[in-house]
Amino acid sequence: MKKFTYHRATSLDDVSVGATIIAGGTNLLDLMKHEVMTPDALVDISGLELNRIEPEGNGLRIGALVRNSDLAADPVIRRDYPVLSRALLAGASGQLRNMATTGGNLLQRTRCPYFYDRRMACNKREPGAGCAAVGGVTRNHAILGATSDCIATHPSDMAVALLALDAVVQVDGPNPRQVAMADFHLLPGTTPHIETVLQPGEVITAIILPAPAGGQQRYRKVRDRASYAFALVSVAAVVEMESGRISKTALAFGGVAAKPWRNIEAEWFLTGQAPSDTLFADAANLILRPARGWGENEFKINLLRRTLIATLRDATGMEDRA
Amino acid sequence: MTRHLKVDAPDYDNRLDHMAQGVLGQPLNRLEGPLKVTGRAAYAAEVRPDGLAYGVLVQATIPAGKVLEIGDAPGALAVIHDPRMIRYAAQGMDQKGPKPGPDAVEYMGQAIALVVADSFEAATHAAQNLSVRYAANDVPVDPNTVEAEMPRDKQSATGDLDQAMDHATFTVDQIWHTPSQAAAAMEPHAAVAEWDGDQLTIRAGLQMLSSNRAQLADALGIKHDKLRVLAPYVGGGFGSKLGINAEAVAAAIAAKQLGRPVKVAMTRQQVFDLAHRRSETQQRVRLACDADGHMTGIGHDVLVSNLPETKFSEPVTQATPFTYEAAHREIVHAVARVHRSCAGSVRAPGEAVGVTVFECAMDELAEVAGVDPVELRLRNIPDNEPVTGRPYSSNKLAEALRVGAERFGWSKRAATGSRVQGEWLIGMGVAAAVRVNMLIESRAKVTLRPDGRAVVETDMTDIGTGTYTILGQLAAEMLGLSIDCVEVRLGDTAFPPAAGSGGSFGAASSGGSVYLACEQIRRQIAAVMDCNETDLTMQDGVARAGNVSRPLADVIDGPVSAEGHLEPGKTEKSVRQATWGSHWAEVAVNRWTGEVRVRRMLGVFACGRVLNEKTARSQCLGGMTFGIGIALTEAMEHDPRDGHTVSRDLAEYHIPCHADVPSLEVHFLPERDAYVGPLQAKGLGELGICGAGAAVLNAIYNACGVRVRDLPATPDKIIDGLDP
Repeated sequence: MKKFTYHRATSLDDVSVGATIIAGGTNLLDLMKHEVMTPDALVDISGLELNRIEPEGNGLRIGALVRNSDLAADPVIRRDYPVLSRALLAGASGQLRNMATTGGNLLQRTRCPYFYDRRMACNKREPGAGCAAVGGVTRNHAILGATSDCIATHPSDMAVALLALDAVVQVDGPNPRQVAMADFHLLPGTTPHIETVLQPGEVITAIILPAPAGGQQRYRKVRDRASYAFALVSVAAVVEMESGRISKTALAFGGVAAKPWRNIEAEWFLTGQAPSDTLFADAANLILRPARGWGENEFKINLLRRTLIATLRDATGMEDRA
Repeated sequence: MTRHLKVDAPDYDNRLDHMAQGVLGQPLNRLEGPLKVTGRAAYAAEVRPDGLAYGVLVQATIPAGKVLEIGDAPGALAVIHDPRMIRYAAQGMDQKGPKPGPDAVEYMGQAIALVVADSFEAATHAAQNLSVRYAANDVPVDPNTVEAEMPRDKQSATGDLDQAMDHATFTVDQIWHTPSQAAAAMEPHAAVAEWDGDQLTIRAGLQMLSSNRAQLADALGIKHDKLRVLAPYVGGGFGSKLGINAEAVAAAIAAKQLGRPVKVAMTRQQVFDLAHRRSETQQRVRLACDADGHMTGIGHDVLVSNLPETKFSEPVTQATPFTYEAAHREIVHAVARVHRSCAGSVRAPGEAVGVTVFECAMDELAEVAGVDPVELRLRNIPDNEPVTGRPYSSNKLAEALRVGAERFGWSKRAATGSRVQGEWLIGMGVAAAVRVNMLIESRAKVTLRPDGRAVVETDMTDIGTGTYTILGQLAAEMLGLSIDCVEVRLGDTAFPPAAGSGGSFGAASSGGSVYLACEQIRRQIAAVMDCNETDLTMQDGVARAGNVSRPLADVIDGPVSAEGHLEPGKTEKSVRQATWGSHWAEVAVNRWTGEVRVRRMLGVFACGRVLNEKTARSQCLGGMTFGIGIALTEAMEHDPRDGHTVSRDLAEYHIPCHADVPSLEVHFLPERDAYVGPLQAKGLGELGICGAGAAVLNAIYNACGVRVRDLPATPDKIIDGLDP
């Protein structure tokens, strides 16, 4: 681990352009131990008063330092935004969720093994170095929005649910602003090292949830073992039915791209329709139209399709749950 | 006094059954359990002698070639770059060190140097940023791209298998693949080396101390008696600590050079690179049977890999020659020389993957022959070992199958794909469990004191298996003491050399030597009591002969010590020794996502005498869990271009975790095996793995009709076979 300075912030003013923010540290510390990230200075914001969940308009404001486990267990979240609670509980382990924060969860880095391995070329670690994952072991890589410069996925489950809920990220800094979840993470393009719209000196202070979406909410995560594994694919679904037809739907996908993935066109396509396997398969095909595999991860295309169908069958009441 | 026994003849006396204390076999908690759960049991990396310096291994970043130059490490005490450093770990029971010369790189990740600093962080930083210049070679890393070696002594054939296949009513001829697997012990490998003049002490996580001492002494060029190895607590081995590894050799060299103790602890990633992997396997299984399901042909044709010039190759077919009857048999064993990390013994080498695949093939044969899978196995259990005609020391396979079928509710198994619960397809599977049984020379010293306390000393290790407890129970039983009155001291080469922990032979081998030492003490007490040892009863600190009872203090006036020395003898060859059992699994397969959830498993095992029902059961639970891993989750991925291990931590290498492991039931068949030594106890640690994965895979087929022959059975391997 490279030497660094450590400063415990007493106010947001302590967040400076040159320092790397640490809160729960569940990902950053690992990255520093491997020297994948080598910040000179850390500013620890975990003592700031950003750990409350409070009403905001008809929705909720979730402080950036609310722990994942607290957020998942919050009674209002469980009642009004169950997809978020379920997504959180599908991620990591109890110990990690106890440390990990809401803001940090959004900013965690990919778990691409080539990113973690300094012997391997990685454009995220070293812009312009190339991507060793392409042509390597790609089983867990992206099928949507990837480029030959980077095929990494974003590992968060929480972010997938937030996207389906139309959450907004509160960014503070020189120019405080609100960023829609859909716009917060960036696809790799030719600059995979730039992962979000956050500028130096900016900090996430809260996530704002709009009024409860209602309907049926599901988070379905398919992974290689029953717990503590990153998603092969995941689906966050919010589905409302009216007179046997889908009246509103929001669908977001994890494990398939460098950001939580959403396809509004597919949601419009489903709206007003009576649920059927054919309908769901057609929606999946819409979403997967731009999908491509990079070798071993080709299966994710079929897996995403199947998982979406299963999730929608469940959310629309077509499936008998065992 | 030493009591020596070479196991040349069967022993039907079952002396342990005639002891009076009643502590052996009891489900006692581990004696050292409280020390472990309160953090007081110091593992190697937790030892911090005064003046300790920290070493971090530097790893090769090329798959093969030569180290030309190593740069300086600012902020470090030293860069150790010594020709004695080893290229890969020793294999179990080697008496010499593994190949030295770290400058010749044989695989990516090989240790090539050690950076030592005053802190672990500083050493890590310097090691991560050390500049190394190489001359790289192009080398093969994929076993399918090279012409494999065919070691002559590993091929065998009887009859004419091709003809048997041609003439059979039913056949199976399929190819399976299993990936490289990691031992993945919880405790990463670590060593602390400390010199006192020319006397070296090494504390390390190791499984077999007497051979580890020989390997280290050879690697370092010092005499055995100048080296003491300590491993009182080992956080799991699973084969990965059978032989010494790079960290121990490097720590000893650095400590000598710097004149201060040095600790080298591997990171988890380094463990994945440097600990032996289980070789990936390609297995073609050919089975032939007649219309009645009597097998006529068995072929098991395997391809494994290892580095050039290494001896070990995964003994995949170890149980194939003696599990089932067939007149025509063929075993082919090919070894591809590739530059992936070194392959070695990992959890039940051979049977873990060999029996698993073979038992999947048996399930396929049962299906094509229209015979129930349990019945097919029952019909083909030989009376004696095929080909050699040797008798089995015991063979409880039939009983394990019958008892298991009853306990598991096998009769409720439905037709393939017919049992549906919501999104889930439910199925049941069965497999035989079989593992060779071994005994290894072992010594132990036992001392009984007049105050009714005893001490057991041996360089045996307890790698989390319960050795402390069972050796204590054996001494307590033999000497008539409560378990609290026995102290067991392990993991120190200053004590008599034992078998060590490996190959499931530890309990019977080391336990046998404790038994013999106690038997010698009993003889001395019997002499005082003026009776035959067989007429002596020892219980609760009292010696009794006929109607004379005397407390120990009246019988001995000072400590009485004896050494037990057990050696394998003629029964090793005169009979086929193995442990037997059956595995049963019920799984649910998601009809959409192909996710598999194991719902319940049962293992029925016959392993001779059970020494502690709790630790024995725990061993089996662990084995069955690893079986789930082999079937469903575990795979070391190698980069196709340079062979490096891509999945290098426990988030990427998936050991089944709690949510993957349902209710597991373990049932032991009562057994005494007369041929296996004075305890009538056989190896158990690995039996639980052997075949367990096949029960899961066969259950998947029963659930959804998909045969996964490319392990593990992750969702991607299943969805293509499910209805759209």
